Amino acid sequence: MSQDLSATPETPEEDGRPKWDNKFQYILSCIGFAVGLGNVWRFPYLCQIHGGGAFLIPYFIALLFEGIPLLHLELALGQCLRKGSIGAWNTISPYLGGVGVGSWMVSILVSLYYNTVLTWVMWYLINSFQEPLPWSVCPLNENRTGFNEECYESTAVNYFWYRKTLNITPDIAESGTLQWWLILCLAACWAIVYLCTIRGIETTGKAIYVTAIFPYLVLTIFLIQGLTLPGATEGLIYLFTPNVMVTWFEEADPGDIIEKSSEDGSSDVLIYKCGKADATAWGCLKLNTLKNPRVWLDAATQIFFSLSLAFGGLIAFASYNPTKNDCEKDAVTVAIVNSMTSLYASIPVFSVLGFKATTAYWDCLDRNIISIINEFDLPEESIMRQNYTSWISFLNSSYPEKIGGLNLKSCDLQEFLDQSVSGTGLAFIVFTQAIILMPGSQAWAILFFIMLFSLGLSSMFGNIEGVFTPLLELQIIPKSAPKELLSGIICLISFLIALCFTLRSGSYWIDIFDRYAGSVPLLVIAFFEVIGVVYIYKIKRFSEDVEWMTGRKLNLFWQITWRFISPLLLLIVFMAFVTLQMQKPPSYTAWNPKYEGFPMKEEKVYPPWVQAICVLLAALPCVWVPLVALFHLVKQKRRSKSPSFVPPEVFSCQGANSNFSHPKE
Amino acid sequence: MAGNYSTQTLVVTIAHAELCKPDAQNAFKVRISIKTALGDNAYAWDANEEYLFRAMVAFAMRRYSSKSTTQISNVLLCNVTDRVSFWFVVTDSSKNVTTVPGSEVEAAIRMNRNRINNAFLLSDKTLQFLKITSTLSPPVEPSTPVWIIVFGVVLCLIVAGIIFLIFSGIQKHKKKNKESTERENLEEKVEVTLENGIPCEALDVKAGHINGVFAADDERFTSL
Repeated sequence: MSQDLSATPETPEEDGRPKWDNKFQYILSCIGFAVGLGNVWRFPYLCQIHGGGAFLIPYFIALLFEGIPLLHLELALGQCLRKGSIGAWNTISPYLGGVGVGSWMVSILVSLYYNTVLTWVMWYLINSFQEPLPWSVCPLNENRTGFNEECYESTAVNYFWYRKTLNITPDIAESGTLQWWLILCLAACWAIVYLCTIRGIETTGKAIYVTAIFPYLVLTIFLIQGLTLPGATEGLIYLFTPNVMVTWFEEADPGDIIEKSSEDGSSDVLIYKCGKADATAWGCLKLNTLKNPRVWLDAATQIFFSLSLAFGGLIAFASYNPTKNDCEKDAVTVAIVNSMTSLYASIPVFSVLGFKATTAYWDCLDRNIISIINEFDLPEESIMRQNYTSWISFLNSSYPEKIGGLNLKSCDLQEFLDQSVSGTGLAFIVFTQAIILMPGSQAWAILFFIMLFSLGLSSMFGNIEGVFTPLLELQIIPKSAPKELLSGIICLISFLIALCFTLRSGSYWIDIFDRYAGSVPLLVIAFFEVIGVVYIYKIKRFSEDVEWMTGRKLNLFWQITWRFISPLLLLIVFMAFVTLQMQKPPSYTAWNPKYEGFPMKEEKVYPPWVQAICVLLAALPCVWVPLVALFHLVKQKRRSKSPSFVPPEVFSCQGANSNFSHPKE
Repeated sequence: MAGNYSTQTLVVTIAHAELCKPDAQNAFKVRISIKTALGDNAYAWDANEEYLFRAMVAFAMRRYSSKSTTQISNVLLCNVTDRVSFWFVVTDSSKNVTTVPGSEVEAAIRMNRNRINNAFLLSDKTLQFLKITSTLSPPVEPSTPVWIIVFGVVLCLIVAGIIFLIFSGIQKHKKKNKESTERENLEEKVEVTLENGIPCEALDVKAGHINGVFAADDERFTSL
């Protein structure tokens, strides 16, 4: 086969593969895929519980040594091989084909539950057009003598989320029925996804201009508005200053290190170290960042999941690029924009949370003031928030029994600020409550939920692309059939499967999918990706390919990180992650109105059959890696015995792209 | 005569103090929060306001029992504090030194609560009768929930978009098919006429020199 490279000029690829309209569309799609709901509701929470500004240090170190190298690897891979994840890994080595299949499977599992979260966002969005907002008032009970009991004991916001939206059961084993309003919203969401991904990147490329840029506009609006709210500065100061909170634990002795789980029932653990504060007092200080290994783990996992690595979507996006494209610059750009967005988003989030905490604190004070005024028949406005403490101490000394009889709640702003929530709780409970308190709440609610919807939708594009591109290349449907058919089939089947999440126990299942399918398999796949490229494809070949694509020599930094640092980091993170998950029995918190601690959520353990499903979800994508390798090993052994055995051709990035028209030998 | 009158007023005052005191039978406590309700437009609570209150209660009793026997002097106020809060009872002039049963007073106030509130520019929360609960007004609910309307609009837009894209796709596909068949015909003609600048018809296949390179690809061209 003649490979006369000097004779053929560098023509642009004309293999009929779709391509991006322009570079900006490609970058924007990658950014949209990476920037998702987690940037708004996971990163600020991590910042808060790990001591604010100091969390940024492990975060940026993880970005530098784990995030950017892995991102560069995926983009370079996709750009060089010009195939989706399954095809790309099959090309690198048939033994590594399982990595591609694993990515593809993870993309499917994540698409299923991610779109259901978008369903909830859409439900809240269409309910935001109502005046007054439906989550601001409690409905009355049957005989109209008071408010609905479940609503009254918790809050109107909680009631709307758990009862009116999810209609949740008290236990995961009780599935309940399908909720028709959620089915409608789910159908609408999948229809929107179909509309945008109908012809692959031709249509998502146009849609991404809106869905990727709009959230930034809304974040800016919220930033401006948030900073004008009272209490915003308290929230921001709280976010960015390291926590030096002194707590008292009765069971602790000086020198102890105590672990307590955070109150919102998530798996996060706060670590305190007890010692002497001064000569007479001792207390337990929240262990600060860099000494706490948990913080490094959280930083590493946050960076990894935030950049949407190992989904196969980035490989698919990069495969539509021209090969002569600077993937190094792209990777650095996307990663930095993603992190900056997280930081930028945390400012309005914390302004609003600070506002909410301050309002709650003022409400607490006002309630106490009213009780005191009513009890002592003092004139109105004699006790204001400012002189509350002096009045309380005066009254306590003169009439301690009366004050004791009032059962006044202690109002502490710090306590309100400490109520940290992440995930759906932040968006659907805490934020919605804060929005009720703002003037013009409908407009803010609509803006907020449209923003969440766009953020999620642009991530969905990447997920769907990770499913769509490999299927298109495998030619599941005949070539004459239009692409619209394949995307329609994908969306329809996904919609039907995702109906399970509209059951009453659906949100428990989504938590399971999030925790097991969307975490461990990604780490495994990313690890094999790096190992596969560096040690099987060989780093020398790869750096030549990258050099050919970018036009300059591969920096030593990439060599070191790809060869040693990133695989090592991934291995450590994987071990730590799995160890932490195994340490406590897999449990969940359930919303049970009949629980005696209601409105606190009830802690329950997963029944064995659910645990089996968890293991299955985590193992299913990973198991393809050894299975496919084994399959090819067996095939190879059989083939090597036959006389017409031809060794497989050595693939090269440059070779493939200048000589694609020549048939393979 | 004068002595009788003063003893009479003394008796009345004593009776007054007996009937109207905190936690007396059939007495109700009222709590008023003018500053909370009106802010800067708050008026001061003085004897005139008290007179209006007594008049409103008397009005309520008259309206409820629809017998015009209750007078303003039947309504007794006492223990007015700075808060502003006080106790009141309604005496029965037909029976000596007794008070109207609490249930009647409660029912009368309930029936006319709105009128009483409005007389003072206050609401149920700022003019509180401590033992009398107010009925809660049901939240306003439109006949069709708003969200269904919004959902319908959104879904129509999406479906319209999908149909549009599918049709434009089909049209593009048809156009491409037509174009490609046209191009194929054009290419054939071009191929036929531009073989080395010599029209194929002019070539004498038997006489000409057969080029081995092209011979192998003969089946690609249509037979001449």
